[in-house]
Amino acid sequence: MTSLHETPFFQMTDICKGYPMGDEWQPVLKNVNLTIEKGEFLSVLGPSGSGKSTLMNIIGCLDTPTSGEYILHGRRVDQLDENQLSTLRNREIGFIFQSFQLLKRQDALANVELPLIYAGLSVQKRRQRAEEMLCRVGLSEKLHYMPNQLSGGQQQRVAIARALATNPSILLADEPTGALDQKTGRQVMALFRELNEEGRTIIMITHDVKIAANASRIVRILDGELSEGVVEDA
Amino acid sequence: MLKESLRMSLGNIRANKMRSFLTILGIIIGVMAIIALITVMESATGEVTAQFESLGTGKLTVQAGGTPLKQGLRETDLRRIEQLDNVSGISPSLSQNISVVWQGQLLEDVTVKGNGYAYFRKNPTAVEKGRPLVPVDFDQYSRVCLIDSELAHELFSGVDPLGQQLLVKGTRFTIVGLLADPDVDDVMSQMQAMGEDGSLMMPYTTYMRLFGVKGVTGLEVYVSDSDRTNDTVEALEALLDECFNYHDGSYSVINMEGLLDVMDTMMSLMTNLLVGIASIALLVGGIGIMNMMLVSVTERTSEIGLRKALGAKPRSIQIQFLMESVILSLLGGIVGVALGLLVSKLLSNLMNIAFVFSPGAVALGVGFSLAVGVIFGWAPARKASNLNPIDALRSV
Repeated sequence: MTSLHETPFFQMTDICKGYPMGDEWQPVLKNVNLTIEKGEFLSVLGPSGSGKSTLMNIIGCLDTPTSGEYILHGRRVDQLDENQLSTLRNREIGFIFQSFQLLKRQDALANVELPLIYAGLSVQKRRQRAEEMLCRVGLSEKLHYMPNQLSGGQQQRVAIARALATNPSILLADEPTGALDQKTGRQVMALFRELNEEGRTIIMITHDVKIAANASRIVRILDGELSEGVVEDA
Repeated sequence: MLKESLRMSLGNIRANKMRSFLTILGIIIGVMAIIALITVMESATGEVTAQFESLGTGKLTVQAGGTPLKQGLRETDLRRIEQLDNVSGISPSLSQNISVVWQGQLLEDVTVKGNGYAYFRKNPTAVEKGRPLVPVDFDQYSRVCLIDSELAHELFSGVDPLGQQLLVKGTRFTIVGLLADPDVDDVMSQMQAMGEDGSLMMPYTTYMRLFGVKGVTGLEVYVSDSDRTNDTVEALEALLDECFNYHDGSYSVINMEGLLDVMDTMMSLMTNLLVGIASIALLVGGIGIMNMMLVSVTERTSEIGLRKALGAKPRSIQIQFLMESVILSLLGGIVGVALGLLVSKLLSNLMNIAFVFSPGAVALGVGFSLAVGVIFGWAPARKASNLNPIDALRSV
């Protein structure tokens, strides 16, 4: 379907990442290979310390791999500099964090406008787009509520609206239900599935098998190595 | 983008009102001190200069004590001084208090002065009525005089004094003019001892002959071109050396212009010194701003991380924080300028000197605070922009 047929939508080839630890080299990701098609809903399942945060940082262009090739939306991103990565994050990645990461002194609308400021949109366009996104996540009545006036689920919806604002290639969610109760968590997951059905590509990092089950495809990460599918006895 | 940074900075300053105020207090005090010092010093300098100028610029004051053999300058010496290049005239300071008689009325304490005609050229408003003394009066030792309003009042109430004849030391003098009342602010005329019954002015040549004065010890020399004053001083000193046979300490020449220059230099030196001291307050204020900005960066680490994750470039983060410190210090600068002007207005009222508004001082105050904001905001802004978004996001 994609016009960039020759180059893949999302492809990681032999991605390695390690940190120096004293005299030793501590590998965190070992030859990770991952290909994602546009419109997929992928869960990356792994316990803490498995390297899933590091993988998320690299997918989210917050970090660069030590070696390997990473292609996002038809473009190599593993060797970009900080400014180029900033632009890329703004255009291609919609972050959704466990702790929402809303600016507490700004209302819902201003929070959703934030990435649009860095995208360089005019005030009116920003406002219009932010309103649309908040309506999309069902918060049309709460545009001017401050984060502390909203419930956890509503706050996460604001964060999702913010992630959608620049119309990115992928939504990247890190334990999106980690700070929510079960019921609210299920609602957020329902919203994720809806968004996926609308054609959004979603990558969700989690340690919770039940949450991961919401995705159409699951990959497991353990000790920095990625494997396809759920291992039943894990 | 700049507008956004501005909005965000203002929002943050507003959210921390008390802290922001305390932070800029140092800047306020520093700028206020600088403005007040410069303005008061300039006002004071203006005042002193005005006083010096009323003492007379464009003239040299000669004190000629002379030698044991020759006390003061002879009339011939005075004539030679008058002939010097760039000298427009001289006016010896000759005066004594003596009694004066008109139609049998006796006034006991009248100050009689011997002046040069140059005095009247220099002070065109000195004569209120009648005529001034002119060169021919001097050459012919004319027995003419001008009287002041006090003497006129004492002797001639209801009579026009012009053309009347007075007896001074038994000699008949014709009154040719009436002297104007001196300006109240004129320090020179206030300093001169005045007789109780007013004063009278005659040509110095007539005075010297009348009172048998052989030597003049005090003398004012008027200079036509004040740019060449120094040359004139040299020529005058050469002539005086000759007059007194190169005797050490026989005379001194006081150049008001030179004194004024020295005064100006001293005042500006003083101003610089005080401003230097006041700048220390500004420096401390700057460190305060830096401190607050560093705290702010630490506090907002996760916000910075989030902004970076959402696509903020290091540069936009840096601009935002730099903007915040510049706004803070500029705010301090503006308040400081306002307070400084207020304080200097009060001070100059208290010291009874004219308040001089100095645009230079205002520019300096605002410029200084701007510079402080940039210099002391740079490092914290840099720190914020260099934060790694991963670490920054983790520090919740």
